[in-house]
Amino acid sequence: MSPRPANAALARSAPLFAALGDTTRLYVVSRLAGGGPMSIKDLTDGSEVTRQAVTKHLNVLAGAGLVRDFRQGRERVWELRTKQLQEAHRVLDLISTRWDRALERLRQMVEE
Amino acid sequence: MTDRIEKQILLRAPRARVWRALSDQVEFGAWFGVRFPPGTFKPGQKVSGNITHPGYEHLTMDIELLDVRPEHMLSYRWHPYAIDPNVDYSSEPKTLVTFTLEEAPEGTLLRIVETGFDQIPLHRRAEAIRMNDQGWSEQTKNIERHVTASR
Repeated sequence: MSPRPANAALARSAPLFAALGDTTRLYVVSRLAGGGPMSIKDLTDGSEVTRQAVTKHLNVLAGAGLVRDFRQGRERVWELRTKQLQEAHRVLDLISTRWDRALERLRQMVEE
Repeated sequence: MTDRIEKQILLRAPRARVWRALSDQVEFGAWFGVRFPPGTFKPGQKVSGNITHPGYEHLTMDIELLDVRPEHMLSYRWHPYAIDPNVDYSSEPKTLVTFTLEEAPEGTLLRIVETGFDQIPLHRRAEAIRMNDQGWSEQTKNIERHVTASR
C-alpha cells in the first residue's frame, strides 16, 4: 500500500462521514457498538430522543451501509454492520496479495 | 478503505523494458497469468485470452484498454476474478486498473492502483476468491519454474 493518502477513497467515504456528522446518529452508533443489536425502544430508553427521530436517523445510517435491521422474535432490531466491513477488508487483502505475487513475477521478468 | 488497492514497486530495469512487459500482450500475460494473442495494447481495444493456471485454462479473461501512453501510463477495466463459468458477470461493474511508470535513480518506479471494488457485490468477490485461491498458489510455482528455466 502506498503511504500517500488515498484521496479517492476518502471522497468515497464522504457519505459515511456525513452519516456520522450528527450527534444523535453518533449516539445511536455508540449505543449499538456497545450493546449489540437493539430495538428502537432500547435505543430511546433513557434518552430524550423520540422514536420517530431515532427511526429517521437509523434510516440515514442504513443508507450509508453502517447499520441494518432484522427481526428478532416479534421485535425489529438494529445492528452495526462491522462484519460486512471486515469481510470487505479481508477480500481486498487477498486481491492485494495476488497483486504482490504478480508483481514479483514481473520483477523477475524485467530484472533478468 | 475498501474501494482500492495501491501498489508501488521499484524495478531495477529501464523504463522501456518495464513498458514492454506491460504493453506487449504476450509479456503481460506471462507475468499476469493469461494467454493473450500476440500484439501490443491499444487504447479502446478489447483483449481476451485464456487463464493459464492449472484447472482454470478453460476460463477467459477479458480486459478493455483505456489509456495507453508509452512509457507513462496504461489502464484497463475488467471484472476482477470473474472465474465462475456459471455466472454472467457482464452486468456487474468493472474495476479500473492503472499502471503508472516513473523514472527513478535506480530503475523504474511502477505504481498500480485498482479501484471500484465498492461497486461489486461483496459475496461475489468472496466466492470468486475462495474458489480461486488454491489455483493461484499452484500457478505461481509454475511461473517461477518457467522463468527459471528460460534464463
